[in-house]
Amino acid sequence: MLNPQVMVVGAGPAGMSAALAAAEWGARVLLVDLFSEPGGQLVKQTHKFFGSRGQYAGTRGIEIARLLGEKVRSHPGIDLLLDTQVLGYYPDGVLTMERSFNGESEYLKARPRRLVVCTGAQERPLAFPGNDLPGVYGAGAVQTLMNVHGVKPGRRAVMVGAGNIGLIISYQLRQAGVEVAAVVEAAPTIGGYAVHASKIRRLGIPILTSHSVKEARGERELEGVTVWRLDERWQGIPGTECDFEADVLCLAVGLSPLTELLWQAGCRMVYVPELGGHVPWRDEHQQTSVPGIFVAGDASGVEEASSAMVSGRIAGLAAAASLGLCPCYRELAREAHAQLEVLRAGPPGEKIRRGLARLGEVARAC
Amino acid sequence: MLRQTGVPAVEDLARVMPPEEVRRRGPVAIFECFERIPCDPCYWACKRGAVRPFKDINDLPGVDWERCNGCGLCVAACPGLAVFVVHEGYTDSTSLIKLPYEFLPLPEVGQVVEALDREGNCVGEARVVKVQRSREKVGTPVLWIEVERDLAHVVRNIAVAGGGQGE
Amino acid sequence: MRIREHPILTFPARRKVTFFFEGRPLEGYEGEPIAAALHAAGIRVLRESPVLGRPRGFFCAVGNCSSCLMVVDGVPNVRVCVEKLREGMRVERQAGKGNLLAAVGGGRASGLDSGAALHGCGGEEGA
Repeated sequence: MLNPQVMVVGAGPAGMSAALAAAEWGARVLLVDLFSEPGGQLVKQTHKFFGSRGQYAGTRGIEIARLLGEKVRSHPGIDLLLDTQVLGYYPDGVLTMERSFNGESEYLKARPRRLVVCTGAQERPLAFPGNDLPGVYGAGAVQTLMNVHGVKPGRRAVMVGAGNIGLIISYQLRQAGVEVAAVVEAAPTIGGYAVHASKIRRLGIPILTSHSVKEARGERELEGVTVWRLDERWQGIPGTECDFEADVLCLAVGLSPLTELLWQAGCRMVYVPELGGHVPWRDEHQQTSVPGIFVAGDASGVEEASSAMVSGRIAGLAAAASLGLCPCYRELAREAHAQLEVLRAGPPGEKIRRGLARLGEVARAC
Repeated sequence: MLRQTGVPAVEDLARVMPPEEVRRRGPVAIFECFERIPCDPCYWACKRGAVRPFKDINDLPGVDWERCNGCGLCVAACPGLAVFVVHEGYTDSTSLIKLPYEFLPLPEVGQVVEALDREGNCVGEARVVKVQRSREKVGTPVLWIEVERDLAHVVRNIAVAGGGQGE
Repeated sequence: MRIREHPILTFPARRKVTFFFEGRPLEGYEGEPIAAALHAAGIRVLRESPVLGRPRGFFCAVGNCSSCLMVVDGVPNVRVCVEKLREGMRVERQAGKGNLLAAVGGGRASGLDSGAALHGCGGEEGA
């Protein structure tokens, strides 16, 4: 049985920030991740980040992963357990894990005094005939295949979704030498940052707003995609079909927080569409309704990596403070909250602000 | 329009265009940055203080045209690849554009490449004047290209024949 | 299809290994996910769905969706998007739910469902 003071599940931007913040104040931290390298989804983000200097603005995600990863690895207070999948949370506060190595695996248990859940989010699927054909991928999966493993998904792609993920990955497909036939977006406007949209338009990639996939075609694998225009009620309009030859169809239609551990732990969950679905209620210290369990990053609501780093820091500081380790918690947390406010202040943060307000209202109502 | 197409409209571009006398004087940065997002690396990149300090990180960049000499440090630094340097009067008949280019193969100096507009349409030819690579591979290369003068505010990308990407 | 050159990324040199897909020898890099090695060899149909027998491939890349379950060295339901490639591995398309009893050697596994077998229960406890 491992007995860390603070256990952080997920070594992405939020989890690494949480681990570093708690360890900074002397907590013994166990940081666990499913993959062989820390970084979470940063390890495939080849684009430069926005945000401010404190959150590595202007630096590519892959570099941020490296920088934070080095800090985490070199910190004497942090034990980094990689290739380890957390399997479950039990009523006695024990977490079970499976660690893999050289094709073998071992079963581990931990009972941490404080738990910080930074499990991130997963991509949503989209319903249309043929959506199970090989060649239809979550957009992030294609990004992993290309940017982490150096393998192309195919020759010619159609992207569904003109949010930041769809726009960014379209650009990265072209950087990897994959043609992009079109970006298809069901909404009447582009959801992602205009600069990302302009970047792919300059490459000659069309963005079809008010369009969606009618069907994916192919016998054993994807061969083509039929898209059609949507009316104001988001229904396909017969006669507006348009066929694209493609062996790759990427779905970038949003993310849902990965919250299984929080459900298992009995944390109070609230459905907030603006934050990506069911998210844990938490207080200003990122603490859930279960004392001692904290949450940060996309698991607490889908947002940018820059905000994830800050919410992770708050959770890590709060976990340390609750153990009596962080005497300046109030001041440090105030600074971090101010940073979050700034990151969420502009028009792209509007949805998050609305979601957080709704989370607060629901909490007050009960 | 920008929100529907990803291509800035004439009115958008008019809002960020440096005054004519500035453009006539020499190379100058044009910030095709139209949307309030939390971002300020251009401020930190500029060594001449031409990008004013951000009161709110979500503000659009404020530029002091008197201080901008078109060096292009902001072109390589902008995470949105939204800054271009234009020297309208590079020669009597041509303009010079500095633009970010993150594709392979990188063109050679002197090579003639396709000049693309904001929708990726080929609108003419461009001659590569300089290829600025950063010291580290993760940096953004900046190309200096020479185009016909009336294309100074039209061309915003290039394509290298038989390549432009990947393998 | 491997990416040979990339404008931003450098892919470190890795050790080449031989593995077997449906008995056919293929090359891949040690430690990469099996799914990546198969993709690089142009193989995208990884299994057949249990009910309709439809072809399925790589989908989520993070071990969540179960679209890519294959039989690896005789063990079914291996998530090849996260399982690392090793020299000599035998990888087969999985039809349906896979025969777990055959994989774990008879009666001992009678109480196990496929998920439990995947997680190799019964290992030692951690320090």
